[in-house]
Parts: sequence; C-alpha cells; structure tokens
Amino acid sequence: MRTLEQTTQEVLDLASKHFNVPAGSLAPEDDFFKKLGIDSLQTLEMLSRLENHFGIELPDYEVQGVSDFRTLASRIQSRL
Amino acid sequence: MLDLSKYQSIGTALKDALEAFSNEVCLIEVDREREKERLTYRDFKNRAQGPAKELQDAGFAAGDRASIIMTNQSKWLISAYAVFYAGGVLVPLDYKLTPDEQWQLLRHSGAKVLITEYPIWRQLSVATGRAAAADVRTILVTEAPANADLGGAQRWEEFRGSGEPNFVARTRKDVACIVYSSGTGGRPKGCMMTHENYLEQCVALTSIYPFAPGVRYLSILPTNHAIDFMVGFFGPFICGAAVVHLRTLRPEFVREAFSKYKITYVSLVPLVLKNLQKGLQTRFGELSPGKRRVFNTIVAVNKALTKSRPRLGLSRRLLKQVHEPFGGELRTIIVGGAFTEPQTLQFFYDLGIPVANGYGLTEAGTAITVNDLKPFRADTVGKPLPGMEVRIVNANTDGIGEVAVRSKTVMSGYLNEPELTAESIVDGWLMTGDLGRFEAAGHLQLFGRKKNMIVTEEGKNIYPEDIEAVFESLPVKEFCVFAANYIWPQRSMVGEQLLLALHLEPGQTYTEELRRDISGRNNKLLNYKRIHGVVLFDEDFPRTASLKIKRNVLAEQLGRLDRAIAFLPL
Repeated sequence: MRTLEQTTQEVLDLASKHFNVPAGSLAPEDDFFKKLGIDSLQTLEMLSRLENHFGIELPDYEVQGVSDFRTLASRIQSRL
Repeated sequence: MLDLSKYQSIGTALKDALEAFSNEVCLIEVDREREKERLTYRDFKNRAQGPAKELQDAGFAAGDRASIIMTNQSKWLISAYAVFYAGGVLVPLDYKLTPDEQWQLLRHSGAKVLITEYPIWRQLSVATGRAAAADVRTILVTEAPANADLGGAQRWEEFRGSGEPNFVARTRKDVACIVYSSGTGGRPKGCMMTHENYLEQCVALTSIYPFAPGVRYLSILPTNHAIDFMVGFFGPFICGAAVVHLRTLRPEFVREAFSKYKITYVSLVPLVLKNLQKGLQTRFGELSPGKRRVFNTIVAVNKALTKSRPRLGLSRRLLKQVHEPFGGELRTIIVGGAFTEPQTLQFFYDLGIPVANGYGLTEAGTAITVNDLKPFRADTVGKPLPGMEVRIVNANTDGIGEVAVRSKTVMSGYLNEPELTAESIVDGWLMTGDLGRFEAAGHLQLFGRKKNMIVTEEGKNIYPEDIEAVFESLPVKEFCVFAANYIWPQRSMVGEQLLLALHLEPGQTYTEELRRDISGRNNKLLNYKRIHGVVLFDEDFPRTASLKIKRNVLAEQLGRLDRAIAFLPL
C-alpha cells in the first residue's frame, strides 16, 4: 500500500511527464491550473492518465473544486 | 413535432409528447463504456408518475418551487417533468457552484423541494449555508449508498406515491422556471422564465434545427444551462428525438459516444470546440507531406462546394477520415455560452462540419440570433431567430450600439428585483449590455460589452462584485474588482480579464508581500474567477451617500490611465 507521500510524488511525476515540464519543478501545494496553465478539459485528460496509472476509477465529481496536487493525491489515495 | 401554438404550458406539451412518441427511445444514459439505461417515452412517463404523486402527497402545489442540482442524467429530466406535472416551478441550479452558493440561491428562489445526487448532497448537507435555507423541506437524493447517513434527506428512488398523480395545468404567462444567469454574491439574478418563453423559443429553434424520432442529441452542457434545457430536453422531447447522457465528460468517453450512438447534434462551449480543433490539427500535422497535400486539396474542394450551403452527404464522403470519428451522422455542432472565434468556426465548416454559433442570453430565453448557414458567415453571430425583434440602441458613427431585444421569449423579470428588472427591460425591450452592429445582409456582429462582467470560454458569466469577498480585509485603503474591458473597451469578445483596482494607504507602496497576499487570496477562487492583474489608483474611490462605490464613475476615472502602463500582471 502506498503512503500519501508516495501517491503525491507519483501524481507530480505523471503530471510533469504528461504536460512536458521538468521533473521536480512541481510541488504538492502548486495550483495545477496556474502552474501548468491548463484548463478544466486538460485536467480531465490528466485524470484519465492518473486513473490508468493507479488502476482506479475516479468520478468527475471527486475533483470538483480541487486545484492543487496534494488534494488531488488525497482523493486518489482514498480510492486505492 | 407537436404544434406548440396550441399549448399553454411546458407540462401539457411534454405530457402529450410522451403519449405521441411512446415507443420511441427518449433517453440513453452511459457511464464510461457501460450503457446504464435506455428509456422509451413510455418508460419515462412511468418513471415520473411516482415522484409526481409523492410530491403532491407531500403538499407540493401549483406555483411551488423545486430545485434540481444534478449532473446530466435521466433522473434530471424525469424529476423536472414530475415538477411540471404537479404544476411546480423548476429552479435548475449549477452543480459546479460551491455548496454555500447553492444554499444561497436555494434560499433566494424560495424552493421548498431540492432534488440532488449523493456526491453533491454529501457536500451540501454539511455546508454552513444550510441553516439559512430552512424552507427547503423536502430533499431527495439519488444513488445514495445503502448505509449512507442522508442527514434529513430522502432517497429519490423510494420517493414514489402510489396511484395516479393529478396533472396540474398552468397558463402561458405563469412562471415555468427560475434560472440564475449569474450573481452568487450580493445580488442573485433569478430570471423568471414563463411557459410562453419556452414554447416560443422552441418553435423558433426547431424551425432551423429540426428534431425528429431517430435524431440523437448528445447532452454535454449542464442541463441547468438554458441551452441544454432547450435543445437537450424540451426541444427533442416535443419532437420524439433521443437524448444521450454521459456520466463522465472525459474526452475519450465523449469521443467514443459520438460513434457508438451516431450522434446528430451536440452542444459545446467554445473551449471544448477549440480543444477539438487542436486535436484535429495535431492529427493533420502528423500526416506525411504527400498525404497532407492530398488532404489539403480535398478540404479546398469541399470548401468550394459548400460555399453557399452545407452539403453534409458530400462532405462525409469527401472527408471520411474526419467525419467517421464523429459517428458519421453529425449534422451540426451547436456552440454557445460564450463567444466563439471566427477562425474556429471556419475551421470546422471547411471540413464539412457546420457549427451553429449564435448569440443569446438567459434573460432572452436562450438564443437571440443563430447562424442559419445559408450561407455560413464565421464573422457574425447570425440573424435574429423568427419572432425576435433586435435593434441597436444609441449607435455610434460606425453603427455600433447596445443590442436590444423584444420577443415573447424574453423573461418576465428578475425574481424579487423590480429595480433591476426595470433597468434591464425598458419599454418592453431587453437591454443586453452587449455592443453590436448589423451588417448589410442582416447578420449581427458583436463588439464587446457595455456592462461590467466577463464571459469565459467555458461559458461562465462572472460579475466582478461577486468575487470581492475573497479580498476582504486586504491591508489597503480600498479596493474594487472590474472587468478590464469595462474600463478600457477593446471591441473584442474574447480574452476577457478581471483586475483589482487598489487605493493604497498614504505612504504605502505596492510591495512584493502585498502582491503575494493578493495572489494567495486569488488562488482560493475557482480558476475561472481569478483576477489577472492590479491597477493602482491614488485617489479616494467615488462613493454614494450610503458609501457604496460608484463603479461606473470609478471605471471612467481608471479608464483615463494608460492600460499598458497601469495594468500590473499578478
């Protein structure tokens, strides 16, 4: 079982890979809309990548209002 | 299609449609790749009877208000029909608002009943705003897990009275829905839409975009939005067409739905349309130079052959590889909620996929103008729909002025806001606050806004005063949020931004610490509500006798500053 820290790190790694930003340039408290300059649709795409990686289904409503990596990771963690 | 001129209300028209098309499929609900439900009009009618009866048994009567806060799904439409059947007024609310905002609007609307889904109720039930909305007595929650604590709510699935409900007739002038066009802050704007508004709008729209049995509409825009309510519920239902709901809006499942369900129409916001465009452009860019040349030639041929009107059959054959992923039966993409850039519209039209853009306001009953595609004009928002009188008020020498509308589709007013109503509807004309001009062929062109608001590409209307709360107690003398284009008119409908006007204390300077404070507060707002920059102003803000900021006067004063220098990006 992953710890929340591990999950958060994996979310950050995947996001930096998906959006082509240098590894290590994203932090858990970063706002992904702002930091990655993405819109809500691109966020949904990122979510699908995360689902495949973690092998879970994350309903759209789970990420409603979430804008930072740490909260996103905790939502994922609760479904692992 | 039913002859709507004979009908007095949405409820009666829907009731007859359920009988007339009883064997046709009306709803398909899909969750990812799984089809959850497929209902005929007869099934739909049977599903709505129980909730309608139980509502009546609970004392819900003609004119009572019931709100729905739900993502797009069958139960949204079934619940709405049950409310209309019982003679109620529907209050569709945006499921993307925060729980406190939702409670505020529930309270403002005077709703007695709330119909929602479990994940939303989980948040709503514990929000502090609940205490202020004690009039919401009946709360129905769908899809709640077996052992869930419902905090005073009832299960929607078990809320069904036995026996026949009484159909409660309404008249054309009665209010059918209260639709919030904006305003989750100090002054909610609840548009009171009558049955006549919807009946007339439906006649106008279906004259240009006809629905019929076999037609399938993919419902992606939230159903609480005026567009989806009309073209994803009322319009298709009175014509016997089918509506497809997706429980997730991930791009890959949306793509799959097009081909799996042979979609005829879909409505999108400009942001999603642009995203589709980007995806297609990437695909085209990956073609080898030879294939690219052939492809460009075919597009040029299609463009020449569809100059005067769309030729769907021809375009589908010519550009098979483009049309197939859309299911091969797509007639039109309806785009709304915000302004769409002409180059995006043209891109799709050249591929043989007509995009019906238009211009509308909730207050005007959805659409005012639409592009009738005869011929397609990417640089305009089309011509007024049948039954719409549109004129330009106080036009300048270029013919640009405020767009005003008079029609049977215009709302009866804002709920509990007679003054605001009187400002918006003058001598029967709805003043839109948008700036436009008619060109020679009678198409409307838009040139920005007269009002202090922005519309995002996702179709969100944002009023600056609604987001000021997050900057409360900012260590400055005073502040005010504005739409940048309201201060410096740009003759543009895209790329709108918000700014924070600051008046610092005597001797205070705009430090990095202050900028960080503003930025931190800004990040607490949902991403589309955030301000983009700061403007410093070194005089006292003009105020009324009751000390409210005179926004229009301040905007005029700020407008004298040079935007290029004064606007400090955050």
